[in-house]
Amino acid sequence: MKVKLLFFAGLREQLGTLGEEIELPGGVSTVAALRLHLESRGGAYEKAFSEKALVRAAINQDMVQPTARLKAGDEVAFFPPVTGG
Amino acid sequence: MKVSVQREDFDLSAEVKALAGGSRSIGAVASFVGVVREVAMTLEHYPGMTESAIRKIVEDAAARWQVMDCTVIHRTGELKAGEQIVLVAVASAHRGDAFAACEFVMDYLKTRAPFWKKEHRPEGARWVEARASDDDAAQRWQGAAKKAV
Repeated sequence: MKVKLLFFAGLREQLGTLGEEIELPGGVSTVAALRLHLESRGGAYEKAFSEKALVRAAINQDMVQPTARLKAGDEVAFFPPVTGG
Repeated sequence: MKVSVQREDFDLSAEVKALAGGSRSIGAVASFVGVVREVAMTLEHYPGMTESAIRKIVEDAAARWQVMDCTVIHRTGELKAGEQIVLVAVASAHRGDAFAACEFVMDYLKTRAPFWKKEHRPEGARWVEARASDDDAAQRWQGAAKKAV
């Protein structure tokens, strides 16, 4: 199953990329599982997605909880807590 | 409803006039303008999600109070100290609904709309960290009953 990843703000800078298409390994079916998978890449990813890092997520441009389920073709965005207004 | 995410500045009085003139039953327009404090900043956002998140917030406000029309403008890109960042203006028949809905939209915009500020300080640029007080401000509306007007 493929999904499109997007990163914003400080997270985008930490990872040095705007995003990517990713083939999810079997068993990665929620936002929380995807976050753990990204953390397991090590390096900047390990730091950016560590348990204590404040990371929010959206699926198809809707803010979601970590338990939200992923499906093929989703646009999954990770970003720090928002600071607009 | 008018929702605009733009680089250009906005004219408060023109926006309020446009709202107030929309219907003869409008008796109140409450507006809030956010201004850049102290240091220049760059505002990044998530195009597409930003607009739909703001529309949802306004719809939530309209489910609680009488919102006859609403304008939300949020700027992005480079902004200097003293420049306007955000405008929320709500038109209603009476002031109670207009005041409450305006504050509600602002509180949720700060915690739900995907914008991020990067401050340019003399010692270097840094991303602004979210404040727990902003979450608290949005949280206090949970379960809050419609205000008497």
